[in-house]
Amino acid sequence: MQSNAALEYDYSLAKKFTFLTILFGILGMLIGTTIAAQLAFPELNYLLGEYGTFSRLRPVHTNTVIFGFTVSGVFATWFYFGQRVLKVSIAESKFLMVLGNIQFWLYFVGALAATISLILGYSTSKEYAQYEWPFDIVVVIIWVLWGVNMMGLIGIRREKALYISVWYYLACFLGIAMLYLFNNMEIPTYFVAGGLGDPLHSVSMYAGTNDALVQWWYGHNAVAFGFTVPIVGMIYYFLPKESGQAIYSYKLSLLSFWGLMFVYLWAGSHHLLWSTVPDWMQTMGSAFSVVLILPSWGSAINMLLTMKGEWNQLTDNPLIKFMVLASTFYMLSTIEGPIQAIKSVNAIAHFTDWIPGHVHDGVLGWVVFMIMASIFHMAPRMFKREIYSKKLMESQFWLQTTAVVLYFTSMWIAGITQGMMWRAVDEYGNLMYSFIDTVTVLHPYYAIRALSGVMYFIGFLMFAYNIYKTMTSGRELTEEPQFRSPMA
Amino acid sequence: MFHWLENNPFFMAAGISIVISFAGLIEIVPNFAKAGRPLVDMQPRTVLQLAGKMIYMKDNCIACHSQMIRPFKSETDRYGDYSLSGEYAYDRPFLWGSKRTGPDLHRIGNYRTTDWHEAHMLNPPKIVPGSIMPAYDHQFSNIADIETAYAEAVTVKKVFHTPYGPEIKGTQEAWDAYRPTVLAEAKIIAADMKDERVKSAIAEGNVPEVVALIAYLNSLK
Repeated sequence: MQSNAALEYDYSLAKKFTFLTILFGILGMLIGTTIAAQLAFPELNYLLGEYGTFSRLRPVHTNTVIFGFTVSGVFATWFYFGQRVLKVSIAESKFLMVLGNIQFWLYFVGALAATISLILGYSTSKEYAQYEWPFDIVVVIIWVLWGVNMMGLIGIRREKALYISVWYYLACFLGIAMLYLFNNMEIPTYFVAGGLGDPLHSVSMYAGTNDALVQWWYGHNAVAFGFTVPIVGMIYYFLPKESGQAIYSYKLSLLSFWGLMFVYLWAGSHHLLWSTVPDWMQTMGSAFSVVLILPSWGSAINMLLTMKGEWNQLTDNPLIKFMVLASTFYMLSTIEGPIQAIKSVNAIAHFTDWIPGHVHDGVLGWVVFMIMASIFHMAPRMFKREIYSKKLMESQFWLQTTAVVLYFTSMWIAGITQGMMWRAVDEYGNLMYSFIDTVTVLHPYYAIRALSGVMYFIGFLMFAYNIYKTMTSGRELTEEPQFRSPMA
Repeated sequence: MFHWLENNPFFMAAGISIVISFAGLIEIVPNFAKAGRPLVDMQPRTVLQLAGKMIYMKDNCIACHSQMIRPFKSETDRYGDYSLSGEYAYDRPFLWGSKRTGPDLHRIGNYRTTDWHEAHMLNPPKIVPGSIMPAYDHQFSNIADIETAYAEAVTVKKVFHTPYGPEIKGTQEAWDAYRPTVLAEAKIIAADMKDERVKSAIAEGNVPEVVALIAYLNSLK
């Protein structure tokens, strides 16, 4: 087929997953803001009885933003740009369309059921892998459905060479599949024990130190392959598309991609520094964390240099602002992580609020910004309408940027304060502070963090409203915008 | 080579899989058997303590509490001896935690008692002024799922050869026969407690969640 006519792509699946991204985003961030407020104002723990304590809600927050919000965002963007870079409409294959719809409904129902199970207290207690075994099986089925869909689309592609973003999404699929499968190996007790007890309960295949190693190999790299790999894939597609600029360097892309693939997984053991895992593993995790700066900054610098000579776009296109700030936060986060992975720094930072601070400058500043920017870019093309309000987008940008800065600065101070107080000794060598002193001192920082959560959440509602209004009352477009997204 | 890979998705996927597998193979696998070894003469947790561990997981205590004392003087002064790998050999899952919003609990059994825990779980700021921990009042009225804890003991005995005695077997009769042993252990804990709900539940032959949890916390030494 050598026709020059633009292909018509089918965005029905992209739209569906976009709605879920927004829905789970609102849910996850609402719970996140609530639990942040609970640390500053403990009375808020009693709003929902036993189901509303900080401890019960924290995994609901993490799992909703990871497996609800981010994964929907990955699916939505895949079903959008996958067709475009492979030059094939998914509607050309009925099979892939049906598969995609099964994936959507199974995912929607599965995610809701899994969330309810966490609220009820069914939890394997392994961080970001708390779902009990039946939900793990559902997750695996959904993931395989997506993989088959991706491979299928690649199989019927017209564009032979895979674009960089496809490499990253392929890696996201393979990486998460491997990690999730191995870390969630568990044995349902009901079946082994001859029908005694709760059918939902299971025990981990691994014990103690081994379980810790497998868990943090997973925990660290679920972040790698969920929060970094596909998001880098997104920016490789959406930044050039929005700005009209070609990617700065192909070689840098290659180096960053293969470097990231090789180096990232080694760094998992930096979550276990000073624990009972062998020293050489800790040192390995530490060293590879520092090496990880190279491929991470490689991608980020490649993005920033893509804008070379075009920085004026930063002032007049808020979407470019979102993406450039996202890659800047990615740089901040990927230099901060290696610093925390140095053993002597980790001795102070580990177990403190500096860690959630680090996580959130990455996710709020990089992941969420990039997913929102992608959806803003997709909206005029999917709904064939102009973005409803540029002004609203601008105010959202500044509100959320301020929120992220408040979040990580308050948590840096809180973390380092607490870490130093735990080890402080008086002139006779006795501990200077009892544990509770190191808790009460954090109150102002917890309050600031809760405020930043409220600000960020409001920003996200502004985003949701803007997309809703775009869908329903944005000015209709007669032809697809080529680069810059039109906005009123 | 890279151009060729970009045109051959199968080999691209294979290449990615190989490159990302290295780390796990080299870092995790070689040490697996050694890291799984328990301390000499270490006993696995009793069924009541296992039920308590399940409450610890259900109410997700690891959101705020660690069980990992690092080898620093500031930590051994505060919490006791630093943790050893073998102490965790029967812990499925490991419960080290990653955040200390509250203190470490790995040796809490050495310095807190049943009645302290009872008063503390009912109203933490009353016992520790300034505490931001919520009360866990529901643990006093909810009944612990001892049968599932028993099923867990049966499972780890069968599958991982965790050294439980011959009385732990996966049949209804074995469980019925074993139940009084768990109750007797719970009664010893409950004898140090004042709460009326706990007393009446125990009298009816049920074990409230908080009793199992305290049994577990007391075993952390």
